[in-house]
Amino acid sequence: MNPSLLFGALAFWVVAWGVNEYLVRLTPKSQTMARTISIAVPVLFGITLLVIWEGVTRGLNVSPILLPPPSMIWARITGSVPILWADFQQTFMKAVLIGYVMGCGAGFAVAIAVDRSPFLQRGLLPIGNFVSALPIIGVAPIMVMWFGFDWPSKAAVVVVMTFFPMLVNTVSGLAAASSMEKDLMRTYAAGYWQTLFKLRLPAAAPFIFNALKINSTLALIGAIVAEFFGTPIVGMGFRISTEVGRMNVDLVWAEIAVAAVAGTTFYGLIALLERAVTFWHPSVRSG
Amino acid sequence: MYQGKTLPVLTVLGVILAAWYVFAVVLNTPWQLGVYERSGVTEWSNAQFISDTLNQKRPVLPSAHQVAVEIWNTTVLKAPTSRRSLVFHAWITLSATLLGFTIGTVLGIMLAVGIVHSRAMDKSLMPWIVASQTIPILAIAPMIIVVLNAVGISGVLPKALISTYLSFFPVAVGMVKGFRAPEQIQLDLMHTYAASKAQLFWKLRWPTSLPYLFTSMKIAIAISLVGAIVGELPTGAVAGLGARLLSGSYYGQTVQIWSALFMAAALAAILVSLVGLAQRITEKRMGGAPA
Repeated sequence: MNPSLLFGALAFWVVAWGVNEYLVRLTPKSQTMARTISIAVPVLFGITLLVIWEGVTRGLNVSPILLPPPSMIWARITGSVPILWADFQQTFMKAVLIGYVMGCGAGFAVAIAVDRSPFLQRGLLPIGNFVSALPIIGVAPIMVMWFGFDWPSKAAVVVVMTFFPMLVNTVSGLAAASSMEKDLMRTYAAGYWQTLFKLRLPAAAPFIFNALKINSTLALIGAIVAEFFGTPIVGMGFRISTEVGRMNVDLVWAEIAVAAVAGTTFYGLIALLERAVTFWHPSVRSG
Repeated sequence: MYQGKTLPVLTVLGVILAAWYVFAVVLNTPWQLGVYERSGVTEWSNAQFISDTLNQKRPVLPSAHQVAVEIWNTTVLKAPTSRRSLVFHAWITLSATLLGFTIGTVLGIMLAVGIVHSRAMDKSLMPWIVASQTIPILAIAPMIIVVLNAVGISGVLPKALISTYLSFFPVAVGMVKGFRAPEQIQLDLMHTYAASKAQLFWKLRWPTSLPYLFTSMKIAIAISLVGAIVGELPTGAVAGLGARLLSGSYYGQTVQIWSALFMAAALAAILVSLVGLAQRITEKRMGGAPA
Protein backbone atom coordinates (compact mmCIF):
# COMPACT_ATOMS: atom_id res chain seq x y z
CA MET A 1 0.00 0.00 0.00
CA ASN A 2 1.49 3.27 -1.11
CA PRO A 3 -1.06 6.10 -0.77
CA SER A 4 1.13 8.84 -2.24
CA LEU A 5 1.30 7.04 -5.62
CA LEU A 6 -2.45 6.47 -5.56
CA PHE A 7 -3.28 10.06 -4.73
CA GLY A 8 -0.68 11.30 -7.20
CA ALA A 9 -2.45 9.38 -9.96
CA LEU A 10 -5.84 10.69 -8.87
CA ALA A 11 -4.53 14.25 -8.75
CA PHE A 12 -3.11 13.82 -12.24
CA TRP A 13 -6.53 12.63 -13.38
CA VAL A 14 -8.28 15.69 -11.95
CA VAL A 15 -5.75 18.08 -13.48
CA ALA A 16 -5.87 16.35 -16.87
CA TRP A 17 -9.66 16.40 -16.82
CA GLY A 18 -9.59 20.13 -16.08
CA VAL A 19 -7.10 20.81 -18.87
CA ASN A 20 -9.26 18.83 -21.30
CA GLU A 21 -12.39 20.72 -20.26
CA TYR A 22 -10.46 23.94 -20.85
CA LEU A 23 -9.08 22.81 -24.21
CA VAL A 24 -12.43 21.77 -25.70
CA ARG A 25 -13.94 25.14 -24.76
CA LEU A 26 -11.31 27.07 -26.70
CA THR A 27 -12.31 28.51 -30.05
CA PRO A 28 -8.99 28.54 -31.90
CA LYS A 29 -8.54 30.95 -34.79
CA SER A 30 -6.08 29.04 -36.95
CA GLN A 31 -6.75 25.59 -38.33
CA THR A 32 -3.46 24.12 -37.18
CA MET A 33 -4.35 25.15 -33.64
CA ALA A 34 -7.74 23.42 -33.89
CA ARG A 35 -6.11 20.27 -35.22
CA THR A 36 -3.49 20.27 -32.47
CA ILE A 37 -6.23 20.51 -29.84
CA SER A 38 -8.28 17.70 -31.39
CA ILE A 39 -5.17 15.49 -31.22
CA ALA A 40 -3.98 16.66 -27.81
CA VAL A 41 -7.26 15.96 -26.01
CA PRO A 42 -7.48 12.19 -26.71
CA VAL A 43 -3.71 11.80 -26.24
CA LEU A 44 -3.95 13.43 -22.82
CA PHE A 45 -6.87 11.14 -21.99
CA GLY A 46 -4.82 8.08 -22.99
CA ILE A 47 -1.87 9.21 -20.89
CA THR A 48 -4.23 9.77 -17.96
CA LEU A 49 -5.50 6.20 -18.28
CA LEU A 50 -1.94 4.87 -18.21
CA VAL A 51 -1.04 7.03 -15.19
CA ILE A 52 -4.12 5.89 -13.26
CA TRP A 53 -3.37 2.27 -14.18
CA GLU A 54 0.24 2.64 -13.02
CA GLY A 55 -0.72 4.53 -9.87
CA VAL A 56 -3.50 2.16 -8.84
CA THR A 57 -1.57 -1.07 -9.46
CA ARG A 58 1.54 0.21 -7.67
CA GLY A 59 -0.30 2.23 -5.04
CA LEU A 60 -2.62 -0.60 -3.99
CA ASN A 61 0.05 -3.28 -4.48
CA VAL A 62 -2.10 -5.18 -6.96
CA SER A 63 -0.45 -8.51 -7.67
CA PRO A 64 1.31 -8.36 -11.07
CA ILE A 65 -0.39 -11.68 -11.86
CA LEU A 66 -3.73 -9.93 -11.87
CA LEU A 67 -2.79 -6.69 -13.56
CA PRO A 68 0.83 -5.69 -14.18
CA PRO A 69 1.54 -1.94 -14.28
CA PRO A 70 2.25 -0.44 -17.74
CA SER A 71 5.92 0.17 -16.93
CA MET A 72 6.40 -3.56 -16.27
CA ILE A 73 4.67 -4.43 -19.55
CA TRP A 74 6.89 -1.99 -21.41
CA ALA A 75 10.00 -3.50 -19.82
CA ARG A 76 8.74 -6.90 -20.96
CA ILE A 77 8.16 -5.67 -24.51
CA THR A 78 11.68 -4.26 -24.82
CA GLY A 79 13.10 -7.33 -23.10
CA SER A 80 11.55 -10.00 -25.32
CA VAL A 81 11.60 -8.50 -28.79
CA PRO A 82 12.75 -11.75 -30.52
CA ILE A 83 9.80 -13.75 -29.14
CA LEU A 84 7.29 -11.03 -30.01
CA TRP A 85 8.77 -10.62 -33.48
CA ALA A 86 8.63 -14.37 -34.19
CA ASP A 87 5.00 -14.53 -33.04
CA PHE A 88 4.16 -11.46 -35.10
CA GLN A 89 5.69 -12.99 -38.20
CA GLN A 90 3.90 -16.30 -37.72
CA THR A 91 0.47 -14.82 -37.00
CA PHE A 92 0.38 -11.52 -38.82
CA MET A 93 2.70 -11.79 -41.81
CA LYS A 94 1.64 -15.32 -42.69
CA ALA A 95 -1.86 -16.17 -41.45
CA VAL A 96 -3.49 -12.74 -41.36
CA LEU A 97 -2.08 -11.15 -44.52
CA ILE A 98 -2.34 -14.22 -46.77
CA GLY A 99 -5.81 -15.09 -45.50
CA TYR A 100 -6.94 -11.48 -45.78
CA VAL A 101 -5.81 -11.12 -49.37
CA MET A 102 -7.33 -14.47 -50.37
CA GLY A 103 -10.62 -13.93 -48.54
CA CYS A 104 -11.17 -10.38 -49.75
CA GLY A 105 -10.05 -11.33 -53.26
CA ALA A 106 -12.43 -14.29 -53.37
CA GLY A 107 -15.35 -12.24 -52.03
CA PHE A 108 -14.67 -9.55 -54.63
CA ALA A 109 -14.33 -12.07 -57.46
CA VAL A 110 -17.58 -13.84 -56.58
CA ALA A 111 -19.38 -10.48 -56.37
CA ILE A 112 -18.16 -9.61 -59.89
CA ALA A 113 -19.07 -13.09 -61.13
CA VAL A 114 -22.68 -12.89 -59.94
CA ASP A 115 -22.96 -9.26 -61.05
CA ARG A 116 -24.67 -10.14 -64.33
CA SER A 117 -27.25 -12.39 -62.70
CA PRO A 118 -29.80 -10.50 -60.56
CA PHE A 119 -31.27 -13.90 -59.71
CA LEU A 120 -28.09 -15.13 -58.02
CA GLN A 121 -27.62 -11.75 -56.33
CA ARG A 122 -31.05 -11.89 -54.74
CA GLY A 123 -30.22 -15.37 -53.53
CA LEU A 124 -26.70 -14.59 -52.28
CA LEU A 125 -27.34 -11.29 -50.49
CA PRO A 126 -29.68 -12.56 -47.74
CA ILE A 127 -27.49 -15.63 -47.19
CA GLY A 128 -24.34 -13.50 -47.10
CA ASN A 129 -25.93 -11.11 -44.61
CA PHE A 130 -27.08 -14.03 -42.50
CA VAL A 131 -23.69 -15.74 -42.50
CA SER A 132 -21.98 -12.45 -41.56
CA ALA A 133 -23.91 -12.52 -38.27
CA LEU A 134 -22.94 -16.12 -37.46
CA PRO A 135 -20.12 -17.08 -35.09
CA ILE A 136 -17.90 -18.12 -38.02
CA ILE A 137 -14.95 -18.34 -35.68
CA GLY A 138 -16.30 -21.80 -34.80
CA VAL A 139 -14.94 -23.24 -38.03
CA ALA A 140 -11.46 -22.89 -36.50
CA PRO A 141 -11.27 -26.48 -35.14
CA ILE A 142 -12.43 -27.83 -38.51
CA MET A 143 -9.81 -25.86 -40.39
CA VAL A 144 -7.10 -26.98 -37.96
CA MET A 145 -8.17 -30.57 -38.66
CA TRP A 146 -8.11 -30.08 -42.43
CA PHE A 147 -5.03 -27.94 -42.94
CA GLY A 148 -2.83 -28.97 -40.03
CA PHE A 149 -1.36 -27.03 -37.13
CA ASP A 150 0.73 -24.51 -39.03
CA TRP A 151 -0.37 -21.18 -40.48
CA PRO A 152 -2.41 -22.46 -43.49
CA SER A 153 -5.25 -23.50 -41.16
CA LYS A 154 -5.29 -20.02 -39.59
CA ALA A 155 -5.22 -18.40 -43.02
CA ALA A 156 -8.19 -20.61 -43.97
CA VAL A 157 -10.19 -19.37 -40.98
CA VAL A 158 -9.34 -15.79 -42.00
CA VAL A 159 -10.46 -16.53 -45.57
CA VAL A 160 -13.86 -17.80 -44.39
CA MET A 161 -14.31 -14.86 -42.01
CA THR A 162 -13.41 -12.14 -44.51
CA PHE A 163 -15.21 -13.62 -47.53
CA PHE A 164 -18.81 -12.77 -46.66
CA PRO A 165 -18.44 -9.13 -45.55
CA MET A 166 -16.51 -8.48 -48.77
CA LEU A 167 -19.12 -10.26 -50.91
CA VAL A 168 -22.09 -8.45 -49.38
CA ASN A 169 -20.46 -5.02 -49.49
CA THR A 170 -19.20 -5.37 -53.05
CA VAL A 171 -22.59 -6.55 -54.32
CA SER A 172 -24.38 -3.61 -52.71
CA GLY A 173 -21.59 -1.25 -53.82
CA LEU A 174 -21.98 -2.32 -57.44
CA ALA A 175 -25.64 -1.31 -57.20
CA ALA A 176 -24.67 2.17 -55.93
CA ALA A 177 -24.19 3.90 -59.29
CA SER A 178 -27.37 5.81 -60.15
CA SER A 179 -29.35 5.09 -63.31
CA MET A 180 -28.60 8.61 -64.53
CA GLU A 181 -24.88 7.86 -64.53
CA LYS A 182 -25.46 4.48 -66.15
CA ASP A 183 -27.53 6.16 -68.86
CA LEU A 184 -24.68 8.56 -69.50
CA MET A 185 -22.30 5.62 -69.95
CA ARG A 186 -24.81 4.16 -72.41
CA THR A 187 -24.91 7.33 -74.47
CA TYR A 188 -21.12 7.04 -74.67
CA ALA A 189 -21.71 3.54 -76.11
CA ALA A 190 -19.66 2.07 -73.26
CA GLY A 191 -19.65 -1.73 -73.01
CA TYR A 192 -20.28 -3.76 -69.85
CA TRP A 193 -16.63 -3.87 -68.82
CA GLN A 194 -16.02 -0.19 -69.57
CA THR A 195 -19.03 0.75 -67.43
CA LEU A 196 -17.77 -1.58 -64.72
CA PHE A 197 -14.25 -0.19 -64.57
CA LYS A 198 -14.96 3.49 -65.24
CA LEU A 199 -18.20 3.97 -63.36
CA ARG A 200 -19.45 1.16 -61.16
CA LEU A 201 -16.23 0.02 -59.45
CA PRO A 202 -15.21 3.57 -58.51
CA ALA A 203 -18.76 4.15 -57.26
CA ALA A 204 -18.49 0.93 -55.24
CA ALA A 205 -15.14 1.92 -53.70
CA PRO A 206 -16.58 3.33 -50.43
CA PHE A 207 -18.45 0.06 -49.85
CA ILE A 208 -15.42 -2.05 -50.72
CA PHE A 209 -13.22 -0.05 -48.36
CA ASN A 210 -15.82 -0.42 -45.64
CA ALA A 211 -15.50 -4.21 -46.04
CA LEU A 212 -11.71 -3.98 -46.11
CA LYS A 213 -11.77 -2.08 -42.81
CA ILE A 214 -14.18 -4.49 -41.10
CA ASN A 215 -12.11 -7.40 -42.39
CA SER A 216 -8.81 -6.01 -41.10
CA THR A 217 -10.12 -6.44 -37.54
CA LEU A 218 -11.84 -9.76 -38.23
CA ALA A 219 -8.70 -11.20 -39.80
CA LEU A 220 -6.55 -10.56 -36.74
CA ILE A 221 -9.21 -11.93 -34.37
CA GLY A 222 -9.70 -15.01 -36.55
CA ALA A 223 -6.00 -15.82 -36.73
CA ILE A 224 -5.43 -15.38 -32.99
CA VAL A 225 -8.47 -17.36 -31.88
CA ALA A 226 -7.74 -20.14 -34.39
CA GLU A 227 -4.40 -20.59 -32.66
CA PHE A 228 -6.20 -21.51 -29.44
CA PHE A 229 -7.17 -24.76 -31.20
CA GLY A 230 -3.64 -25.94 -31.81
CA THR A 231 -0.47 -24.49 -33.31
CA PRO A 232 3.23 -25.08 -33.62
CA ILE A 233 5.05 -23.46 -30.70
CA VAL A 234 4.97 -19.96 -32.13
CA GLY A 235 2.23 -17.42 -32.76
CA MET A 236 0.42 -14.68 -30.90
CA GLY A 237 -2.64 -16.74 -29.97
CA PHE A 238 -0.44 -19.64 -28.85
CA ARG A 239 1.70 -17.34 -26.70
CA ILE A 240 -1.35 -15.74 -25.11
CA SER A 241 -3.02 -19.02 -24.20
CA THR A 242 0.14 -20.74 -22.88
CA GLU A 243 1.63 -17.80 -20.99
CA VAL A 244 -1.71 -17.23 -19.26
CA GLY A 245 -1.45 -20.79 -18.02
CA ARG A 246 2.09 -20.12 -16.75
CA MET A 247 0.92 -16.88 -15.09
CA ASN A 248 3.33 -14.77 -17.15
CA VAL A 249 0.68 -12.12 -17.44
CA ASP A 250 3.12 -9.34 -18.36
CA LEU A 251 4.15 -11.24 -21.51
CA VAL A 252 0.46 -11.71 -22.35
CA TRP A 253 -0.10 -7.98 -22.06
CA ALA A 254 2.98 -7.36 -24.19
CA GLU A 255 1.51 -9.66 -26.83
CA ILE A 256 -1.82 -7.85 -26.61
CA ALA A 257 -0.04 -4.50 -27.03
CA VAL A 258 1.65 -5.83 -30.17
CA ALA A 259 -1.71 -7.08 -31.48
CA ALA A 260 -3.32 -3.72 -30.74
CA VAL A 261 -0.58 -1.78 -32.50
CA ALA A 262 -0.65 -4.17 -35.46
CA GLY A 263 -4.45 -4.00 -35.72
CA THR A 264 -4.55 -0.21 -35.48
CA THR A 265 -1.75 0.22 -38.02
CA PHE A 266 -3.42 -2.20 -40.43
CA TYR A 267 -6.71 -0.30 -40.11
CA GLY A 268 -4.97 3.06 -40.41
CA LEU A 269 -3.16 2.05 -43.61
CA ILE A 270 -6.43 0.99 -45.21
CA ALA A 271 -8.08 4.22 -44.09
CA LEU A 272 -5.22 6.20 -45.67
CA LEU A 273 -5.58 4.21 -48.89
CA GLU A 274 -9.31 4.91 -48.81
CA ARG A 275 -8.72 8.66 -48.57
CA ALA A 276 -6.40 8.48 -51.56
CA VAL A 277 -8.75 6.37 -53.70
CA THR A 278 -12.13 7.86 -52.80
CA PHE A 279 -10.98 11.49 -52.67
CA TRP A 280 -14.22 12.47 -54.45
CA HIS A 281 -16.54 11.10 -51.75
CA PRO A 282 -18.37 13.69 -49.57
CA SER A 283 -17.22 12.06 -46.31
CA VAL A 284 -13.57 12.49 -47.36
CA ARG A 285 -13.92 15.91 -49.00
CA SER A 286 -15.49 17.61 -46.01
CA GLY A 287 -12.93 16.32 -43.53
CA MET B 1 -41.91 -16.14 -57.43
CA TYR B 2 -39.08 -15.22 -59.78
CA GLN B 3 -39.25 -11.61 -58.63
CA GLY B 4 -39.17 -12.41 -54.93
CA LYS B 5 -36.32 -13.63 -52.77
CA THR B 6 -37.58 -17.11 -51.89
CA LEU B 7 -36.67 -18.92 -55.09
CA PRO B 8 -33.18 -17.38 -55.47
CA VAL B 9 -32.36 -18.08 -51.83
CA LEU B 10 -33.60 -21.67 -52.11
CA THR B 11 -31.58 -22.13 -55.32
CA VAL B 12 -28.39 -20.88 -53.71
CA LEU B 13 -29.02 -23.04 -50.64
CA GLY B 14 -29.56 -26.05 -52.92
CA VAL B 15 -26.28 -25.37 -54.70
CA ILE B 16 -24.47 -25.08 -51.34
CA LEU B 17 -26.00 -28.36 -50.15
CA ALA B 18 -25.04 -30.14 -53.38
CA ALA B 19 -21.50 -28.76 -53.14
CA TRP B 20 -21.35 -29.96 -49.54
CA TYR B 21 -22.13 -33.55 -50.57
CA VAL B 22 -19.65 -33.47 -53.45
CA PHE B 23 -16.94 -32.18 -51.11
CA ALA B 24 -17.87 -34.77 -48.48
CA VAL B 25 -17.38 -37.59 -50.98
CA VAL B 26 -14.11 -36.15 -52.30
CA LEU B 27 -12.61 -35.36 -48.88
CA ASN B 28 -13.62 -38.68 -47.34
CA THR B 29 -12.38 -40.77 -50.26
CA PRO B 30 -8.77 -41.36 -49.10
CA TRP B 31 -9.90 -42.68 -45.72
CA GLN B 32 -12.56 -44.91 -47.29
CA LEU B 33 -10.01 -46.38 -49.72
CA GLY B 34 -7.81 -47.16 -46.73
CA VAL B 35 -10.70 -48.89 -44.98
CA TYR B 36 -11.41 -51.04 -48.03
CA GLU B 37 -7.75 -51.95 -48.37
CA ARG B 38 -7.47 -53.02 -44.74
CA SER B 39 -10.64 -55.06 -44.80
CA GLY B 40 -9.70 -56.70 -48.10
CA VAL B 41 -12.61 -55.41 -50.11
CA THR B 42 -11.36 -55.21 -53.67
CA GLU B 43 -14.53 -54.58 -55.64
CA TRP B 44 -17.23 -52.11 -54.92
CA SER B 45 -19.92 -50.31 -56.88
CA ASN B 46 -19.97 -46.52 -57.13
CA ALA B 47 -23.24 -46.24 -55.22
CA GLN B 48 -21.85 -48.40 -52.43
CA PHE B 49 -18.67 -46.31 -52.28
CA ILE B 50 -20.51 -42.97 -52.14
CA SER B 51 -22.87 -44.16 -49.45
CA ASP B 52 -19.90 -45.41 -47.41
CA THR B 53 -18.03 -42.10 -47.69
CA LEU B 54 -21.10 -40.24 -46.49
CA ASN B 55 -21.59 -42.41 -43.42
CA GLN B 56 -18.16 -42.70 -41.85
CA LYS B 57 -17.84 -42.52 -38.11
CA ARG B 58 -15.17 -39.83 -38.01
CA PRO B 59 -15.33 -38.24 -41.44
CA VAL B 60 -13.08 -35.40 -42.58
CA LEU B 61 -16.26 -33.62 -43.66
CA PRO B 62 -19.46 -35.08 -42.24
CA SER B 63 -22.43 -35.11 -44.61
CA ALA B 64 -25.43 -32.89 -43.97
CA HIS B 65 -27.70 -35.74 -42.89
CA GLN B 66 -25.12 -36.99 -40.35
CA VAL B 67 -25.06 -33.54 -38.75
CA ALA B 68 -28.86 -33.37 -38.82
CA VAL B 69 -29.15 -36.79 -37.15
CA GLU B 70 -26.58 -35.80 -34.52
CA ILE B 71 -28.45 -32.58 -33.75
CA TRP B 72 -31.74 -34.49 -33.54
CA ASN B 73 -30.18 -37.10 -31.23
CA THR B 74 -28.60 -34.56 -28.90
CA THR B 75 -31.49 -32.12 -28.68
CA VAL B 76 -34.77 -33.99 -28.92
CA LEU B 77 -33.82 -37.47 -27.74
CA LYS B 78 -31.74 -36.37 -24.74
CA ALA B 79 -33.11 -34.74 -21.61
CA PRO B 80 -32.18 -31.02 -21.60
CA THR B 81 -30.47 -31.44 -18.22
CA SER B 82 -28.13 -34.17 -19.42
CA ARG B 83 -24.52 -33.19 -20.08
CA ARG B 84 -24.72 -34.95 -23.43
CA SER B 85 -27.56 -32.75 -24.54
CA LEU B 86 -26.80 -29.93 -26.92
CA VAL B 87 -29.65 -27.92 -25.40
CA PHE B 88 -27.82 -27.99 -22.05
CA HIS B 89 -24.62 -26.59 -23.62
CA ALA B 90 -26.52 -24.07 -25.72
CA TRP B 91 -28.27 -22.79 -22.59
CA ILE B 92 -24.93 -22.27 -20.80
CA THR B 93 -23.63 -20.23 -23.71
CA LEU B 94 -26.94 -18.40 -24.08
CA SER B 95 -27.07 -17.31 -20.43
CA ALA B 96 -23.56 -15.82 -20.64
CA THR B 97 -24.46 -14.16 -23.94
CA LEU B 98 -27.65 -12.57 -22.60
CA LEU B 99 -26.06 -11.38 -19.36
CA GLY B 100 -23.12 -9.85 -21.22
CA PHE B 101 -25.34 -8.35 -23.87
CA THR B 102 -27.60 -6.71 -21.27
CA ILE B 103 -24.72 -5.19 -19.30
CA GLY B 104 -22.99 -4.15 -22.52
CA THR B 105 -26.07 -2.46 -23.95
CA VAL B 106 -26.78 -0.52 -20.74
CA LEU B 107 -23.11 0.49 -20.50
CA GLY B 108 -23.01 1.53 -24.14
CA ILE B 109 -26.14 3.67 -23.80
CA MET B 110 -24.82 5.33 -20.64
CA LEU B 111 -21.50 6.06 -22.33
CA ALA B 112 -23.31 7.55 -25.32
CA VAL B 113 -25.41 9.76 -23.02
CA GLY B 114 -22.22 11.06 -21.41
CA ILE B 115 -20.53 11.63 -24.75
CA VAL B 116 -23.48 13.56 -26.17
CA HIS B 117 -23.80 15.78 -23.11
CA SER B 118 -20.13 16.46 -22.32
CA ARG B 119 -17.83 17.96 -24.91
CA ALA B 120 -14.72 16.89 -23.03
CA MET B 121 -15.89 13.28 -22.95
CA ASP B 122 -16.75 13.42 -26.64
CA LYS B 123 -13.35 14.79 -27.64
CA SER B 124 -11.30 12.53 -25.40
CA LEU B 125 -13.31 9.27 -25.50
CA MET B 126 -14.56 9.01 -29.08
CA PRO B 127 -11.15 8.57 -30.77
CA TRP B 128 -10.33 5.79 -28.30
CA ILE B 129 -13.66 4.05 -28.83
CA VAL B 130 -13.06 4.09 -32.58
CA ALA B 131 -9.46 2.94 -32.14
CA SER B 132 -10.51 0.15 -29.80
CA GLN B 133 -12.64 -1.29 -32.62
CA THR B 134 -9.42 -2.08 -34.46
CA ILE B 135 -7.92 -4.03 -31.55
CA PRO B 136 -8.43 -7.80 -31.46
CA ILE B 137 -10.27 -7.80 -28.14
CA LEU B 138 -11.08 -11.50 -28.34
CA ALA B 139 -7.38 -12.16 -27.86
CA ILE B 140 -7.71 -10.99 -24.25
CA ALA B 141 -10.49 -13.49 -23.57
CA PRO B 142 -8.38 -16.31 -22.10
CA MET B 143 -6.56 -13.91 -19.81
CA ILE B 144 -9.75 -12.38 -18.44
CA ILE B 145 -11.11 -15.86 -17.76
CA VAL B 146 -8.00 -17.18 -16.04
CA VAL B 147 -7.30 -14.01 -14.05
CA LEU B 148 -10.88 -13.73 -12.83
CA ASN B 149 -10.78 -17.40 -11.90
CA ALA B 150 -7.65 -16.70 -9.86
CA VAL B 151 -9.51 -14.00 -7.93
CA GLY B 152 -12.31 -16.42 -7.26
CA ILE B 153 -14.85 -15.20 -9.78
CA SER B 154 -15.90 -18.10 -11.95
CA GLY B 155 -18.93 -19.45 -13.70
CA VAL B 156 -21.04 -17.32 -15.96
CA LEU B 157 -19.69 -13.87 -15.04
CA PRO B 158 -16.22 -13.92 -16.69
CA LYS B 159 -17.71 -15.10 -19.99
CA ALA B 160 -20.42 -12.48 -19.71
CA LEU B 161 -17.77 -9.82 -19.14
CA ILE B 162 -16.12 -10.71 -22.45
CA SER B 163 -19.49 -10.40 -24.17
CA THR B 164 -19.99 -7.07 -22.41
CA TYR B 165 -16.66 -5.83 -23.62
CA LEU B 166 -17.45 -6.79 -27.20
CA SER B 167 -21.03 -5.58 -27.23
CA PHE B 168 -20.77 -2.14 -25.68
CA PHE B 169 -18.72 -0.66 -28.51
CA PRO B 170 -21.30 -1.00 -31.29
CA VAL B 171 -24.03 0.23 -28.93
CA ALA B 172 -22.01 3.25 -27.78
CA VAL B 173 -21.02 4.28 -31.30
CA GLY B 174 -24.51 3.70 -32.71
CA MET B 175 -26.24 5.56 -29.88
CA VAL B 176 -23.95 8.60 -30.13
CA LYS B 177 -25.04 8.78 -33.76
CA GLY B 178 -28.65 8.22 -32.72
CA PHE B 179 -28.71 10.88 -29.99
CA ARG B 180 -27.29 13.32 -32.52
CA ALA B 181 -29.84 12.32 -35.17
CA PRO B 182 -32.52 14.98 -34.33
CA GLU B 183 -32.37 17.79 -36.86
CA GLN B 184 -31.60 21.36 -35.92
CA ILE B 185 -35.18 22.39 -36.66
CA GLN B 186 -36.50 19.86 -34.12
CA LEU B 187 -33.97 20.97 -31.51
CA ASP B 188 -35.04 24.55 -32.13
CA LEU B 189 -38.68 23.62 -31.64
CA MET B 190 -37.87 22.03 -28.27
CA HIS B 191 -35.97 25.21 -27.45
CA THR B 192 -39.01 27.38 -28.15
CA TYR B 193 -41.01 25.11 -25.82
CA ALA B 194 -38.40 25.95 -23.15
CA ALA B 195 -37.73 22.22 -22.73
CA SER B 196 -35.23 21.27 -20.04
CA LYS B 197 -32.22 19.08 -20.86
CA ALA B 198 -34.01 16.04 -19.43
CA GLN B 199 -37.16 16.75 -21.41
CA LEU B 200 -35.09 17.27 -24.55
CA PHE B 201 -33.49 13.89 -23.93
CA TRP B 202 -36.60 11.84 -23.15
CA LYS B 203 -39.02 13.47 -25.62
CA LEU B 204 -36.76 14.01 -28.59
CA ARG B 205 -33.31 12.41 -28.47
CA TRP B 206 -34.34 9.03 -27.04
CA PRO B 207 -37.24 8.34 -29.46
CA THR B 208 -35.17 9.50 -32.44
CA SER B 209 -32.32 7.21 -31.49
CA LEU B 210 -34.40 4.01 -31.29
CA PRO B 211 -33.75 2.82 -34.87
CA TYR B 212 -30.02 3.22 -34.20
CA LEU B 213 -30.39 1.35 -30.92
CA PHE B 214 -31.96 -1.68 -32.56
CA THR B 215 -29.45 -1.72 -35.42
CA SER B 216 -26.53 -1.68 -33.00
CA MET B 217 -28.23 -4.21 -30.72
CA LYS B 218 -28.41 -6.65 -33.63
CA ILE B 219 -24.66 -6.34 -34.13
CA ALA B 220 -24.04 -6.43 -30.38
CA ILE B 221 -25.98 -9.61 -29.71
CA ALA B 222 -24.29 -11.47 -32.57
CA ILE B 223 -20.86 -10.43 -31.30
CA SER B 224 -21.86 -11.25 -27.69
CA LEU B 225 -22.47 -14.84 -28.75
CA VAL B 226 -19.04 -14.99 -30.36
CA GLY B 227 -17.56 -13.59 -27.15
CA ALA B 228 -19.30 -16.18 -24.99
CA ILE B 229 -18.19 -19.04 -27.25
CA VAL B 230 -14.56 -17.88 -27.33
CA GLY B 231 -14.73 -17.29 -23.57
CA GLU B 232 -15.48 -20.97 -23.10
CA LEU B 233 -12.34 -22.13 -24.89
CA PRO B 234 -9.74 -21.55 -22.17
CA THR B 235 -11.77 -22.90 -19.26
CA GLY B 236 -10.64 -26.38 -20.18
CA ALA B 237 -13.75 -27.52 -22.04
CA VAL B 238 -16.22 -27.78 -19.17
CA ALA B 239 -19.56 -26.87 -20.67
CA GLY B 240 -21.05 -24.71 -23.39
CA LEU B 241 -20.93 -24.63 -27.17
CA GLY B 242 -17.32 -23.43 -27.18
CA ALA B 243 -16.36 -26.35 -24.96
CA ARG B 244 -18.14 -28.71 -27.38
CA LEU B 245 -16.08 -27.27 -30.23
CA LEU B 246 -12.86 -27.68 -28.24
CA SER B 247 -13.51 -31.22 -27.02
CA GLY B 248 -14.68 -32.19 -30.50
CA SER B 249 -11.39 -30.95 -31.92
CA TYR B 250 -9.37 -32.80 -29.24
CA TYR B 251 -11.04 -36.12 -29.91
CA GLY B 252 -11.54 -35.75 -33.65
CA GLN B 253 -15.32 -35.83 -33.32
CA THR B 254 -16.09 -33.89 -36.47
CA VAL B 255 -19.82 -34.57 -36.33
CA GLN B 256 -19.90 -33.07 -32.84
CA ILE B 257 -18.04 -29.95 -34.02
CA TRP B 258 -20.42 -29.42 -36.91
CA SER B 259 -23.51 -29.92 -34.79
CA ALA B 260 -22.21 -27.42 -32.21
CA LEU B 261 -21.48 -25.04 -35.06
CA PHE B 262 -24.99 -25.33 -36.44
CA MET B 263 -26.46 -24.93 -32.99
CA ALA B 264 -24.45 -21.71 -32.57
CA ALA B 265 -25.64 -20.51 -35.97
CA ALA B 266 -29.27 -21.24 -35.07
CA LEU B 267 -28.82 -19.43 -31.75
CA ALA B 268 -27.38 -16.39 -33.52
CA ALA B 269 -30.21 -16.38 -36.03
CA ILE B 270 -32.86 -16.64 -33.30
CA LEU B 271 -31.29 -13.89 -31.17
CA VAL B 272 -30.90 -11.47 -34.08
CA SER B 273 -34.44 -12.08 -35.29
CA LEU B 274 -35.77 -11.58 -31.74
CA VAL B 275 -34.13 -8.15 -31.67
CA GLY B 276 -35.66 -7.50 -35.10
CA LEU B 277 -39.07 -8.53 -33.76
CA ALA B 278 -38.72 -6.18 -30.78
CA GLN B 279 -37.82 -3.44 -33.24
CA ARG B 280 -40.94 -4.01 -35.34
CA ILE B 281 -43.19 -4.07 -32.27
CA THR B 282 -41.64 -0.88 -30.90
CA GLU B 283 -41.92 0.89 -34.22
CA LYS B 284 -45.55 -0.11 -34.52
CA ARG B 285 -46.39 1.16 -31.03
CA MET B 286 -44.59 4.40 -31.75
CA GLY B 287 -46.87 4.87 -34.72
CA GLY B 288 -44.37 4.14 -37.46
CA ALA B 289 -45.50 2.97 -40.86
CA PRO B 290 -45.80 -0.84 -41.02
CA ALA B 291 -42.83 -2.11 -42.95
